Amino acid sequence: MTPRRAEHIAIGLMVSGAFLALAILFFIIAVIMVKGLPHITARFLLDNPMDMGRAGGIFSTIVSTIYLLVVSLVIAIPLGVGTAIYLTEYTEEGKITKIVRFGTECLAGVPSIILGLFGFILFVIKLGFGWSVLSGGISLAIMILPVIIRTSEEAIKSVPQAFRDVNEVLGGSKWQGVTRLVLPNAAPGILTGVILSVGRGIGETAVVIFTLGTSLRTPFSIFDSGRSMAVHFYILAREGISMSNAYATAAVLVFSILIINIFSYYLMHRFVEGRR
Amino acid sequence: MSAADIKRREKLIQRIFLVIAFSSLFSLFLIALFIFVEGLPMIWKVGLKDFLLSTRWAPTKGHFGIFAMIVSSFWVTIGALLFGGPLGLMCSIFLVEFASSKVRAIIKPALELLAGIPSVVYGFLGVVYLVPLVRDYLGGPGLSLLTSCIILGIMILPTVISISVDSLVAVPDSYREAAFSLGATRWQTTHMVTVHAAKSGIITALVLGMGRAVGETMAVIMIAGNALKIPLSPLDPIRTLTSNIALEMGYASGLHRQALFATGIVLFFFVMALNLIATAFARRKRFK
Repeated sequence: MTPRRAEHIAIGLMVSGAFLALAILFFIIAVIMVKGLPHITARFLLDNPMDMGRAGGIFSTIVSTIYLLVVSLVIAIPLGVGTAIYLTEYTEEGKITKIVRFGTECLAGVPSIILGLFGFILFVIKLGFGWSVLSGGISLAIMILPVIIRTSEEAIKSVPQAFRDVNEVLGGSKWQGVTRLVLPNAAPGILTGVILSVGRGIGETAVVIFTLGTSLRTPFSIFDSGRSMAVHFYILAREGISMSNAYATAAVLVFSILIINIFSYYLMHRFVEGRR
Repeated sequence: MSAADIKRREKLIQRIFLVIAFSSLFSLFLIALFIFVEGLPMIWKVGLKDFLLSTRWAPTKGHFGIFAMIVSSFWVTIGALLFGGPLGLMCSIFLVEFASSKVRAIIKPALELLAGIPSVVYGFLGVVYLVPLVRDYLGGPGLSLLTSCIILGIMILPTVISISVDSLVAVPDSYREAAFSLGATRWQTTHMVTVHAAKSGIITALVLGMGRAVGETMAVIMIAGNALKIPLSPLDPIRTLTSNIALEMGYASGLHRQALFATGIVLFFFVMALNLIATAFARRKRFK
């Protein structure tokens, strides 16, 4: 085979590989949208599920999902951003940063079913929180922590060193530098990470089903159980309760994840452009 | 506030951040601790050999052998790599070496969207579209090892692509220029020089992809068939370690529940081993 021929074949293969992957993505989105969107009405979004989800809408699952995400963010943002601040501002590269980074990598690799098991035994059983927004929120916070740490660290690192130097020259303390210069300037980058982790949290099932539970009632207290949209979709689809409602729920899920990802991509793009 | 006060306050703030920085490590420690404390006594009671190497899983009769699930998890991980690995590498090489920057700017974020799609959606579409295809054209029940491998192969694409793209981009242009000036074509440069130089990063990508595949649960439950036996053909239904946990967690209690945590320990070891291999390869080569 001549090099030229090999080149053509190789390029053909690469292009078809990329094309196949894109085709799969479009197929997934298209199927969910085409089959789901027609069933989405204002009533579907604003009515509570009835008859185990056979009829009615998904309002209580939307509330559960948002409630769960808010609780997990309230826990994960301070811990994640705090870790990033420590790694970048308060210490030199050394043993401690290595250990912390290694721990974060490992945590990111823990399968969600293991997190679900852990959240179930510690929060639901041992600490007596039961299946609740609190148990689910803490477990989900642990899942998104690595994402928030990594993106915040990148964002904080990209704040020019000159800002810190000026702060020091003017007699500002480190804390003043962090709160008044570094964090405000890193905020868009940090927000990107937060939005990305919201996207991951919305679609998560294995962690949530064992910690938040599957109750269809709207949760009010932090100790109430609930059912997230993803769990609702899983139960509708797996138990064959209602295909049309399953598709509609999936469409709401995928649609919100698309919006969130596109928005965070746009934000990151602007953030990176602004730094140049 | 005097200078000494400020100094003391700064010291305190630094300590607080140090404590916060250990939150992820502490979580990891707690996870390991609770999974082990719940699962180990059961392994002790049943015996490590009967737990790991027996294929008989009948919790109501006191049999807790997970060998079939270990084998299934192993095959499904290898299979996912066979489907997702080459496809992911083709995408990455295309994006870095052959695509123009404009094409890359559109395709890369689009492929990253694949990571955002919930695993339950993959599982569901697998059941609706892929399972009937496999059943009608290849035979068997459709819910099978093969179906799981294909779906998992797609699910690990974003992991494989994003890390191998990074490692290909990190190869200095001087390597490529040297190859071109020796008269190599673009493809010769790619497979003889660039891919070779990015090898450790690409292996990291593949290993992390395997880590994702072995840990995936909800999609696998929906498409694998969950039968309790060692698969003899790709068309046989399987039950993986993860799906065993998720399927029975809802109603298990006592020794049975402990056995599920023990299954979690085995899974934990698999995943940590893959992570360690990945970090070892990731450290090996850096271009500076």
